[in-house]
Amino acid sequence: MSDLRFEDVTVEYGATRAVDGVSLTVPAGEVVGLVGESGSGKSTLARAAVGLAPVAGGRITLAGAPVPSRGRHRPLQMVFQDPYSSLDPRMSIGESIAEAIPPGSSRAARKAEVERLLELVHLDPARAGARPSELSGGQRQRVALARALAGRPAVVIADEITSALDVSIQGAVLNLVRELQRELGLSMLFISHNLAVVRYVATHVAVMRDGRIVEEGPTAEVLARPDHDYTRELLAAVPGRHHETRSPR
Amino acid sequence: MVPMRRWMNVFRSPLGLAATALTAVVLVLAVVAPILWTDDADATDTSNILAGPSGDHWAGTDNLGRDIFFRTLVATRLSVELALAATVIAVVAGLLLGTAAFLLGRRLGRVVTASINIAVAFPGILLALFFAVIFGVGATGAVLAIGLAGAPGFGRLTQTLVAGIESRDYIAAARVAGVGRVRILFRHVLPNIAEPLVVNTTISAGGALLAFAGLSFLGLGVQQPQYDWGRLLFDGISSIYVNPASALAPGTAVLLAGLAFNLFGESVAKALGVSVVGRLPVLPAMAATLDEDEAQVAATGHAAGELVLDVRDLEVTFPGPGGPVRPVRGVTFAVRRGEAVGVVGESGSGKSLTALAVSRLVGDPGRVDAARLELLGTDLRAGDDKAQRQFLGTSLAMVFQDPMTSFNPTQRMGRQLAEVATHHQGMDRRSALARAVDRLRAVRITEPERRAHQYPHEFSGGMRQRAMIGMGLMGSPALIIADEPTTALDVTVQQQVLDLLASIRAADDVALVLISHDVTVVGEVCDRVMVMYAGRIVEDLPAADLATGARHPYTRALVAAVPDMDTDLDAPLATIPGRPVDPSEVPAGCAYAARCPLASARCTTEEPALVTDGAGRRVACWHAGEAIDLVVPAPREEVEAS
Repeated sequence: MSDLRFEDVTVEYGATRAVDGVSLTVPAGEVVGLVGESGSGKSTLARAAVGLAPVAGGRITLAGAPVPSRGRHRPLQMVFQDPYSSLDPRMSIGESIAEAIPPGSSRAARKAEVERLLELVHLDPARAGARPSELSGGQRQRVALARALAGRPAVVIADEITSALDVSIQGAVLNLVRELQRELGLSMLFISHNLAVVRYVATHVAVMRDGRIVEEGPTAEVLARPDHDYTRELLAAVPGRHHETRSPR
Repeated sequence: MVPMRRWMNVFRSPLGLAATALTAVVLVLAVVAPILWTDDADATDTSNILAGPSGDHWAGTDNLGRDIFFRTLVATRLSVELALAATVIAVVAGLLLGTAAFLLGRRLGRVVTASINIAVAFPGILLALFFAVIFGVGATGAVLAIGLAGAPGFGRLTQTLVAGIESRDYIAAARVAGVGRVRILFRHVLPNIAEPLVVNTTISAGGALLAFAGLSFLGLGVQQPQYDWGRLLFDGISSIYVNPASALAPGTAVLLAGLAFNLFGESVAKALGVSVVGRLPVLPAMAATLDEDEAQVAATGHAAGELVLDVRDLEVTFPGPGGPVRPVRGVTFAVRRGEAVGVVGESGSGKSLTALAVSRLVGDPGRVDAARLELLGTDLRAGDDKAQRQFLGTSLAMVFQDPMTSFNPTQRMGRQLAEVATHHQGMDRRSALARAVDRLRAVRITEPERRAHQYPHEFSGGMRQRAMIGMGLMGSPALIIADEPTTALDVTVQQQVLDLLASIRAADDVALVLISHDVTVVGEVCDRVMVMYAGRIVEDLPAADLATGARHPYTRALVAAVPDMDTDLDAPLATIPGRPVDPSEVPAGCAYAARCPLASARCTTEEPALVTDGAGRRVACWHAGEAIDLVVPAPREEVEAS
């Protein structure tokens, strides 16, 4: 199976060790949540997986082989936090998506694929010619998801994809993530600092702090019975937890 | 196309129009003049050697009796050609240098960068002279010299621009998708830096023209029998006492052409720079809707005299290309002493602008209007004088989202806090600093004496935000307005900041206006929540009622859209279809109608007024409290209450 495995991965920037001996597995067809504060190394880990950050030690494998970081076929794709910076303002959204389609298909086939992908993320295929500036933040993030899927990835890494969005739009993107995971059997490493969001999309969760993973396990278990003090601290900080009067619907 | 429209802005200003016309004249002359007047320029009139201006020869003649005016016109082509050739060399070499760092990867790139830095440090004219010596005296040498001398500057510019684009996520995304570096350069990087490059090319063409004239004038450029303006100037200078016009004519030509290119470049830069306004869609002028009659205003006014902030019919207007845009459209609310009021809404709902308007921070060209705008009974609508600034500085504290940009990075924290006291309260520096240390302690910063001597970058994000709050506490504020104070912070730090705000409020009876897009944060901290949509308050209710007692469909959708730790994992999250209203395109009727599951015909034509019920709760909706699918229906008694 095409599991994404981090084995004792270390990433260093100069003298600072951003990721310190992390081992983590994203099993095929599962969504693994990675939570932690800014500076905990979670984004660096993601960037290392797709070759945007240098790996100083350990290895990252996909289905047992090292993740290719050269060449056109990239089985690992990433969706970024800021939908306003992750799409080229000069290119239509259709062009942005088409760029990520592995080469070798005809022009017509690429066009059909772009339409299929837009449909998949619930955007009107007729809008393929639209510029990013004509789209809302949530729509842009869907385009970014479609672009990631265009590479026919085995695993998608989502790095804080909802934290730059308004709450009203966040819900739609989260629904889409769950839907894609169910329908396409997509594996995903879902990075977020929001425990409520991770709880909603991920079956497994890993808690990262200071470059290390301090706790991991099935989401329900970790959130119900956290072992590590830091996980408890994170749970206590979730807003809305203090109002016990809030009735469950 | 949009870029075309931006370029058209060049012609909007008189200067731009003049520069464009002048540039066009120069270019047309360059093409036409040699065809029309070469014979006139080469004709020797031996009876009229070194003559002054006359009817036959407007600028006189040279030592062979040739007409200087025609020679100047004909020289346009060579002068412009050489200048453009040099510019092309500078741009191409500069682009190669500037993009090399991007293409070659980190290590080799560093070498290129270093060599550009060294080359830039060389004075351009020295470089040109140096090349002129190497390539020999003549037009070819001069073109290469001026071109290569301009290359490092262009390389540096390109490199800086590329570096700015390189850090964008879409470059990372393309790399993750397996797109090669060269392809990324041509598809993503160059198109996005093209505008500043084009502008600088135009300006440097003017520079090259002048440099050329200079080189030719020094005798290092064009040689006989060819002639450009610099050469004519060189020849003319020797006879300047006989015929001043022989030097003035080519001199004027150099001046005009140089000015034309430079001004054209500048106007293009200006036109592209201000284009953001020009790109806004054209909209119909909007009629202000004043729907809250006096009776309702009075009802919401909280008759009690304990009002800290009293705002009525607040409007913020900005000029737009299609008429005024009004992002805040008649907001009325009051905050009592010690009360915590939350303001929630999506981006563009006008919540931040409302806060800025209250603190008198809406700058030009924005305009703030209000029927009443009082802080502690003082009318804030009066002019922006020193007394008012002092009053605002001591009785109102603002906390912004990004604490990094709120502090001056070059000043020590203690001093920045102390400045508030020396400025507004007239304290001396020593006691102001003591107060700053005390305030840092009050916002729970450990070792405040040591911390006061540190710079902002030595503080963590959470500490900076606390220091920002501490800065607000330098006076004795009656009101703290916090605009998304925790959005940039981690959850655990967010909790600390919220706790701090709560404790300050409890200790000093300070009122708090907390602006956030996160309903859960607001619900946790505040007594009362105002929900804003499209520049208006659509609902105002006790925070405790948020989860179950909200009546406006927008409020209910906002609450349902946020997953919390109890969200049902098997059901999809509630979503709000459509997108927020653009302040420049507010529809008739209820602004939320297009996204509302309850919308009826009336909603799209008639804007609902913000109606106050007996308990002081307000809602603006024709269908307040009606049952909606997906969202919990409000309990019955609340439906009746409306």
